[in-house]
Amino acid sequence: MKQTAARKQDEFHELASIVKKYRGREGVLIQALQEAQEMYGFLSRELLIRLAYELDVPLSEIYSVVSFYALFKTEPVGRCHMEVCGGTACYVNGMRDLLEYLEEEYSLRPGEVTGDGKFSLSTVNCVGACSASPVVKIGEEVFGEITGRRLKQLLERYGNE
Amino acid sequence: MNDVVESLDELVARIKPEERHLLFCGGVPCLSMGCRKVREAVLRELKEHNLTGKVKVLEAGCIGNCKLGPTLIVYPEGVIYRKINEENAREIVREHILGGKLLEHLLYRDDSTSEVRHRREDMPFYRGQKRLVLRNCGVIPPDIDAYMSNQGYAALAKVLTELTPEDVIEQVSRSGLRGRGGGGFPTGRKWQAARAAEGTEKYVICNGDEGDPGAFMDRSIMEGDPHSVLEGLTLAGYAVGAGQGYIYVRAEYPLAVRRLETAIGEARKACLLGDDILKQGFSFDVEIRVGAGAFVCGEETALISSVEGTRGDPHPRPPYPAEKGVWGSPTVINNVETLANIPPIILNGADWFGAVGTEKSKGTKVFALAGKVKHSGLVEVPMGTTLREVIFDIAGGVADNRRFKAAQTGGPSGGCLSEEHLDLPLDYESLREAGSIIGSGGLIVMDEDTCMVDVARFFSNFNYQESCGKCTTCRIGTRRMLEILEKITSGEGGEADLDRLESLAGLIKSASLCGLGRTAPTPVLSTLRHFRAEYLAHIRDKRCPAGVCPGLARHAILEERCRVCGICRNVCPVGAVIKEDKSYRIDPDKCVDCARCAQECPFGAIRGRKRKEQAKA
Repeated sequence: MKQTAARKQDEFHELASIVKKYRGREGVLIQALQEAQEMYGFLSRELLIRLAYELDVPLSEIYSVVSFYALFKTEPVGRCHMEVCGGTACYVNGMRDLLEYLEEEYSLRPGEVTGDGKFSLSTVNCVGACSASPVVKIGEEVFGEITGRRLKQLLERYGNE
Repeated sequence: MNDVVESLDELVARIKPEERHLLFCGGVPCLSMGCRKVREAVLRELKEHNLTGKVKVLEAGCIGNCKLGPTLIVYPEGVIYRKINEENAREIVREHILGGKLLEHLLYRDDSTSEVRHRREDMPFYRGQKRLVLRNCGVIPPDIDAYMSNQGYAALAKVLTELTPEDVIEQVSRSGLRGRGGGGFPTGRKWQAARAAEGTEKYVICNGDEGDPGAFMDRSIMEGDPHSVLEGLTLAGYAVGAGQGYIYVRAEYPLAVRRLETAIGEARKACLLGDDILKQGFSFDVEIRVGAGAFVCGEETALISSVEGTRGDPHPRPPYPAEKGVWGSPTVINNVETLANIPPIILNGADWFGAVGTEKSKGTKVFALAGKVKHSGLVEVPMGTTLREVIFDIAGGVADNRRFKAAQTGGPSGGCLSEEHLDLPLDYESLREAGSIIGSGGLIVMDEDTCMVDVARFFSNFNYQESCGKCTTCRIGTRRMLEILEKITSGEGGEADLDRLESLAGLIKSASLCGLGRTAPTPVLSTLRHFRAEYLAHIRDKRCPAGVCPGLARHAILEERCRVCGICRNVCPVGAVIKEDKSYRIDPDKCVDCARCAQECPFGAIRGRKRKEQAKA
């Protein structure tokens, strides 16, 4: 019992910097959660409980924010997380074909992770690179005029990283 | 440079390498096409020729004509090279920079005449524009030195030394500037209300939560000219008496966040932000708030909740934010483009600004052109310019010489305009009369391959997904609307569904709490109004004329494109392609919709769902 508690403490020890920065300040919950997600990839239930305790904010309040905003993830993502843009320009320029392609070739649907944990997929409302549509975003990088072939190249490149 | 006597060739030959500098477009679309790699190639090549540091290589914001990307402009001649790769980049260094020769094959050629256009100002895309807001975008790098050498912060200096807050409000009111985020509310009046409101603490917020899919002008301004946004916000702060400003940027724009952060740091260092700005006794600082992916946060009351760090729930108005906003204090919320208009208005005067545009819509508007248009990108034109001038004269018309079908303006709160609206002047009132809105300025061009019922379904799905759920009409109404549209696009719809859509739309419009719900039915209503026949084709004939909706996409051969090669007949597994006298025809009774013919046709002559054709290419 003692051991697990110690391990848990260890697991989230990096949160200390966030807590130090934001504890007691008003209106900063979204920023604190964004930074925590950046550190850990996603916001697990354990992480949120710990954060609620450390920041002295009710867990219900934290959940109300996490569940409201689309960019907060409560499930783990793949090592390479891909966002297919679903903006209007991308939509009329073949975004659906990209999704179909990913489903057929990689059995990957939005919101899912591949079995090997390598890739995960989500759609995003618009990344504002409409003139290069259809676009795919991996991390902070945006790739324009994507076709099935280019998508395959990208996945091969990122899959090996 | 424009009135030189000698030819451009001679000029290019005369300039020494050390006198040159290179400017890359650093907008997201260009970056997405691999512009960083091209830049690295240029730097490597310059190093090889011992020119590192001698020829400056700069990265500006978006130059606007995104279909040419990656682009490189060689100064002082201003010659623009388009669609360049790493090999081309090396060529430009060797031939142009060192050899003093133009590289004809990398220059832009006019669509119709194939004549070479060397400079931006020679291209129809730029000639038809009037760039006030985009004055610095793609012209200078986004740093403070470049901004200041281009009249940057001159408006702030003028205001702090010469004008009272009331003077500033008077100038802005008289200019006729209206909010560029979609509402079109007079900016001066908003400022006046916040100035007059009681409260010791006041706030100004720059709304950079550009959530409309298909709009990217605010992103480009924040990335390409962040200081103009900061200066505009500081001027707003001075006018209303605020000491703190926020810039709310969506998380999907990480580059904009970084550029703004850098700009804020530079401005603080230069005593243009912070305590006692320019030693004139006015203190003002700015903080960035990054959104977390909620479209509704573009609505001002929801944005306030989000700035306060909670769920982005909208609130009823009144009280308006100008009376009771962030932390209950008077707050002004202005869109990015609105704020970028402020410094030139202060510098050049209200009359100068009022001379541009129409009677009720003053100044210019930046449109983000995308979709099936030849030259997509950012176009800034005087208010009142017609849709035809923007799409055809400036942007070169519909891509691949297809037929124009519709233009979607204003994103999910806006509507679709048809061919009959091409001569409509683009201003707040005209678009509203035609059943759409100017919105934030997204303009998506659609051709005959786009199904308007599917577009309505797309936006309804968007609004349904993004509805925050607070009020019933929006939460349930958008869902019901989506269900009816899905019924129609899958061929199950009846004519009574159209009446149902209309009455539901009326209800959602009148009874929803915030702007999201009140405008959510617009895409449906406008397509029903201008493209009713297409709805009826889905309902009565169980046919999707554009060949988009699965199950209703009957394949057909377009005679004007067909070269009678016979490939479609050879690949058809069910023998549905029938040879006639001098053409082919698809027998709808035999066709099983497998799309093989559409995939194999080398001339794109088969209309219908080209399944995975694009993805597999």
